[in-house]
Amino acid sequence: MNPLNTLRTHDTLASEQDAVWQSVCSEQDLVINSGVVVWLDGAQVALFYLPDAQGKTLYAIDNHDPKSGANVIGRGLIADIKGELVVASPIYKQHFRLEDGTCLEYPQQRLRVWPVRLSRGDVEIGCRARG
Amino acid sequence: MNSIVATLNKLQTLIVIGNGMVGHHCVEQLIERGALNHYRVHVFSEEPVRAYDRVHLSEYFTGRDAESLALSDAALYQTPGITLHLGVPVLEIDRARHEVITAQGSVTYDKLILATGSYPFVPSIEGAQDDSRLVYRTLEDLDAIRAAAANARRGVVVGGGLLGLEAANALKSLGLEAHVVEFAPRLMPVQLDEHGGLALKAQIEKLGVGVHLSRATQSISAGEHYRYRMNFANDEFLETDLIVFSAGIRAQDALARQCVLEIGPRGGVVIDDACRSSDPDIYAIGECASWNGSLFGLVAPGYQMARSVAATLCKQIPEPFMGADMSTKLKLLGVDVGSIGDAHGATPGARSFQFIDESNASYRRLVVDATGKQVLGAVLVGDNSYYDTLLQYMQNAIALPKEPASLILPSSAGAPTLGPGALPQSATVCSCHNVTKGSICSAIDGGCTDLAQLKSQTKACTGCGGCAGLLKQVFEHELTARGVSVDKSLCEHFAYTRQELYALVRVEGVITFEELLARHGSGHTGCDVCKPAVGSILASCWNQPIMDPSLVPLQDTNDTFMANMQKNGTYSVVPRIAGGEITADKLIAIGVVAKKYELYTKIAGGQRIDLFGAQLHQLPDIWAELIEAGFETGHAYGKSTRTVKSCVGSTWCRYGVQDSVKMALLIEDRYKGLRSPHKLKFAVSGCTRECAEAQSKDVGVIATEKGWNLYVCGNGGMRPRHAELFATDLDDATLIRYIDRFLMFYIRTADKLQRTSVWRESLEGGLDYLKEVIINDSLGLGDELESQMQLVVSRYECEWANALKSPEKLKRFRTFVNDKRPDPDIHFVEERGQRRPIMASELNLIPVREEIA
Repeated sequence: MNPLNTLRTHDTLASEQDAVWQSVCSEQDLVINSGVVVWLDGAQVALFYLPDAQGKTLYAIDNHDPKSGANVIGRGLIADIKGELVVASPIYKQHFRLEDGTCLEYPQQRLRVWPVRLSRGDVEIGCRARG
Repeated sequence: MNSIVATLNKLQTLIVIGNGMVGHHCVEQLIERGALNHYRVHVFSEEPVRAYDRVHLSEYFTGRDAESLALSDAALYQTPGITLHLGVPVLEIDRARHEVITAQGSVTYDKLILATGSYPFVPSIEGAQDDSRLVYRTLEDLDAIRAAAANARRGVVVGGGLLGLEAANALKSLGLEAHVVEFAPRLMPVQLDEHGGLALKAQIEKLGVGVHLSRATQSISAGEHYRYRMNFANDEFLETDLIVFSAGIRAQDALARQCVLEIGPRGGVVIDDACRSSDPDIYAIGECASWNGSLFGLVAPGYQMARSVAATLCKQIPEPFMGADMSTKLKLLGVDVGSIGDAHGATPGARSFQFIDESNASYRRLVVDATGKQVLGAVLVGDNSYYDTLLQYMQNAIALPKEPASLILPSSAGAPTLGPGALPQSATVCSCHNVTKGSICSAIDGGCTDLAQLKSQTKACTGCGGCAGLLKQVFEHELTARGVSVDKSLCEHFAYTRQELYALVRVEGVITFEELLARHGSGHTGCDVCKPAVGSILASCWNQPIMDPSLVPLQDTNDTFMANMQKNGTYSVVPRIAGGEITADKLIAIGVVAKKYELYTKIAGGQRIDLFGAQLHQLPDIWAELIEAGFETGHAYGKSTRTVKSCVGSTWCRYGVQDSVKMALLIEDRYKGLRSPHKLKFAVSGCTRECAEAQSKDVGVIATEKGWNLYVCGNGGMRPRHAELFATDLDDATLIRYIDRFLMFYIRTADKLQRTSVWRESLEGGLDYLKEVIINDSLGLGDELESQMQLVVSRYECEWANALKSPEKLKRFRTFVNDKRPDPDIHFVEERGQRRPIMASELNLIPVREEIA
């Protein structure tokens, strides 16, 4: 298969109830306070694990940086900007909110986010229910 | 006829004789005011080098060379329309034919400016010759003093005035036992009163300089224990190996006398308020000019004259020269001395207030007028912090406070210092360049928010530098008044500057970001500003492996993955090639790796090899192979020591005087792995030809016959800056000690992401202060800085070798943690036999990504 022709098929879910939870990796694969990337049926999903954060501790966000066109978001630095958790793209340093993927500097650059959870030592991403 | 030719033919010829500070300032002013539209300018200089800073001449012995003392870029005199004739003395002026005559021929002038300066007066004393008749004015004079000092133990300066004390300082910095012999009963008789002279004498003697007052040298004969014996009256004598005469200056008016211009009563070319001599086509400025019977031996009045003449010649309205304030503020032999206006209280009816502190040899005198409302003058010895305020009171005729004495009492007594806000807009802040508070304010209103920028825009503080403190106060006051608060907080999580955080980390022994955030910050996470900054501070202080779990989340991606991310998300890999020296086997090993992983290969600027296009998951394999071949990481990804560039040096080069490669290897091996506020580049040249371009580096080392010259704070890049000569003829151990201290002091005090060049420009006190701290250990920090550096050096470990030992650390080097495939979106095309990233325009076959609304 030519990977270039792979289209993204995972839209943001309306609610987690619709989710089909798909296991992508183990908790051991995560790096504390930092990111790793998983392959999800042609999509690249960056996982950020913040065990000490208040509230949510795990986030799944698109690895693709729209500004540079490179797949690098998972290698970005986590920051807290005015109380919101964001990731800074490692190439041009713009910030994306982990919660909803909005870019602070360029609101039109929004990244896709996925529901994600830890389940018995596995990391699971919520995908759209089929059919 | 062609209009350009017409213009050229209309040009008159303007000749400037003399390229000292005043002559040079005049040329600058002429250019600035558009003189080149009216004149072809010829500048004749007797000296072989272009104008240099005579005010700071003594620094020639403490590390500055002719080039760094030069007042301008060489480029100024390459401006079309200007010709500088160096080492060409003017022999004669023929006023009838409007010609100046040199050994190389004659040049016709329309207008002529005499800026010939002055020469040292040497009283005629029997036996004074060679090393017993040295003077202190030009670089050549200083070379002669240096040569004479080579085999000397003791040196004497005849003359206890301002220049004499400067000369004594120079002798002291050459390592001689220095003595001052003064004819008058006190030091600096022109500027100081009796008590001031006494206080200064006490301070200077404390520094080990002998002071001999009321002594007239009658003859000089051969000495018994030293080369010469100076014989005074009453059979007193003093023996010495060399004698420097600094008994006053005389206007250099020989040419004016030769062409029969009117000469003043105390010498000098008589000028009117427009600086015109008795010949209307000839002007005279600076120390060679006599206005109203007075000569002016300071730079500020000379600059005033230069500006006035430049304006006249450019058909602008000149500010007439109406005499000058001879107030002066100096540090002589490290002692503050200030003299303002009527220091002796000679004005009829003048009254004085005096403050004498014999325990600290400190003295202050305030002279006020008969009504007690205005300052007429002042004398300061031991503490010049009172100078700016007193000078402003006098220059601007500001009414005195009720208790005038409070102006000279110790500050703890609650003296009402004159705030910068109280100064009128017309107040002169910089008298060298005639910069008023008003022009500083308009520069600020024009958007200037940076002190360095303000200096270059207004030229304030670029003459003698005496106004530095006042300029800063005015600047900060005006910024605050405009509501521009300079918030120096690192970011929203730390209300501290980088320097303050550095101190907290050091003092409290903090070793993790979390600890620092919990104790001194806010929030739980930090951000992409404070995390790398703190990561860098922790590394500078403790040098723990950068891949330790607590440090990983702090680093920018380059430090995290120990490689440099490129635009398509791949990395470049740079193994260390210390000093640019590499064996054939290692070169082959790099080639093998590059070929195997299809890496684009380029020789980088720092004499090493960059390998581009590695994907994340390939980095550990690539490094395993490089380390196997004997390489270690080059830290190209870090704000840290990068490279030490070197020329081949004395082992191969017929000009080399030292082994520059060996020194480069020593330096690179010592500082590799040192993390700092910004990247650090070094270079070592094996001779003065400087093939390694060391003067463009943060730390540059240039070989001399006797050792090494050290240059610091140079920079290439966006804002190039020449490194400054810091110390000369160092042996290996001293060189390394100075670099240790310099680097650690920079790390301790610089702002985040501040290169050494910008740091140096922001250092209050400038290069002198840096020398005091590093060379003379004025802060007593030397040992501490060295031991901190030693800790970093001894903890060095190749980060890649360390990471490869730990499966946990390698966990992150996976493009996908759940899949072995490479990133399918990375594409290369071939160009000139190598791979390069595909460009967006070449991607037309690839469907556009789905965007979400």
